[in-house]
Amino acid sequence: MTARSLSAGQQVLLSGTIYTARDAAHKRLYTLLREQRPLPIDLGGQTLYYTGPSPAKPGQVIGSAGPTTSSRMDPYTPLLIAAAGLRLMIGKGNRNTHVIEAMTKYGAVYCAATGGAGALLAKTIRTAEIVCYEDLGPEAIYKLSVERMPLIVAIDCRGGSLYQFEKE
Amino acid sequence: MKTIHYATIVEKVAALCGRAACDLPADVANELTEARAREKTEPGRAILTQCIENARIAAAERIPICQDTGFAVFFVELGQDVHIDGGLLVDAIAEGTARGYETGYLRKSIVADPLYDRKNTGTNTPPVIHLKLTAGDMVKITLAPKGAGSENVSAIRMFTPADGEKAIIDFVVDTVVRAGGNPCPPTVVGVGIGGTFEKAALMAKEALLRPLHSHNADRRYATLEKKMLDAINESSVGPQGFGGATTSFAVHIESFPCHMASLPVAVNMNCHAARHASVTL
Repeated sequence: MTARSLSAGQQVLLSGTIYTARDAAHKRLYTLLREQRPLPIDLGGQTLYYTGPSPAKPGQVIGSAGPTTSSRMDPYTPLLIAAAGLRLMIGKGNRNTHVIEAMTKYGAVYCAATGGAGALLAKTIRTAEIVCYEDLGPEAIYKLSVERMPLIVAIDCRGGSLYQFEKE
Repeated sequence: MKTIHYATIVEKVAALCGRAACDLPADVANELTEARAREKTEPGRAILTQCIENARIAAAERIPICQDTGFAVFFVELGQDVHIDGGLLVDAIAEGTARGYETGYLRKSIVADPLYDRKNTGTNTPPVIHLKLTAGDMVKITLAPKGAGSENVSAIRMFTPADGEKAIIDFVVDTVVRAGGNPCPPTVVGVGIGGTFEKAALMAKEALLRPLHSHNADRRYATLEKKMLDAINESSVGPQGFGGATTSFAVHIESFPCHMASLPVAVNMNCHAARHASVTL
């Protein structure tokens, strides 16, 4: 299944490889792109999950790992879609019009995970390794392999949105 | 005069951190179940089912309900007849916070400088401590870890006396509706009316600690709580902002006398993981 075939409102179970990134990591990725320097990870066709997990206990893959508010990433997202090839984002809450324009132009999709369900979502994460920005602590970029992660397509690549009840 | 040792406070506060992060209060858990029974939208039902299952996993496996284990906000009622032996109360609470977040595998989310460096302190300290002196020889420590998703949508406005009830209802409802899915609805809404700028904000936060379904003792404010809650839920923001019957579980109002020229109103929200835990020494 490709991201383009998804429609707002669909409930999906995601399996595969995704990367985490939130505020501080976005700022670094964005700065590199602006300066036309290479990124530490190839985001072409990839998925970013906006999360800063809690630490793993001994024997755990990861701690609690639910989504953070996506709109804080909005200033950085259009460039990540346009210049780095980002195609799927996972977070919570609405996105601004610049992000939605970039999504429709390049065929990217935004899915919501349930905010505040970090324990449940952690159970769908099979492996987790830090790939860069370890100095950022919980904001480091992790590579995760997930299995049947429950998501809802919140905004599709045609601009269809589940956030129809929200005021601009 | 009762003596409480510094080390005792450190130990109790550390334990409180883990409890607050992993155990959803029973009244909130009940609300999730009731909200699911009322919910007619498919995404809304799916989300509430996940929240209920999440609380079960968190309690059983001691995984934080939410990875944002928050700013450690303490409300302390200190009896005037208590002597703290071995150090300062605030230091003991800070040390307990650092220990609790480390040993509990909770996320440390505090950065030392808000504007420039934004470097993580690595201990989830300093905490924010609100101290109230009371009669007697007990210390009650309440921890309300505060996530940023809900904190970031707070609002305060200095109304004038002429503005009246409707303007205040509109402000509170508008604040909740504009927040949309960001504060992880269904939320609990705390409203502080009166006092000064900072008193209104503090009341809004303290209101979040009240048991759900408790009402303001003044019948007029209890009615206002219901008016606001009904208007918020009629907005259909719904669970996670996808539409639905329950946007907020409750509106709690606290009021305080204010200056004849002012009418401050503050709004603070808790996500559906409305966490708080207390210990009395």
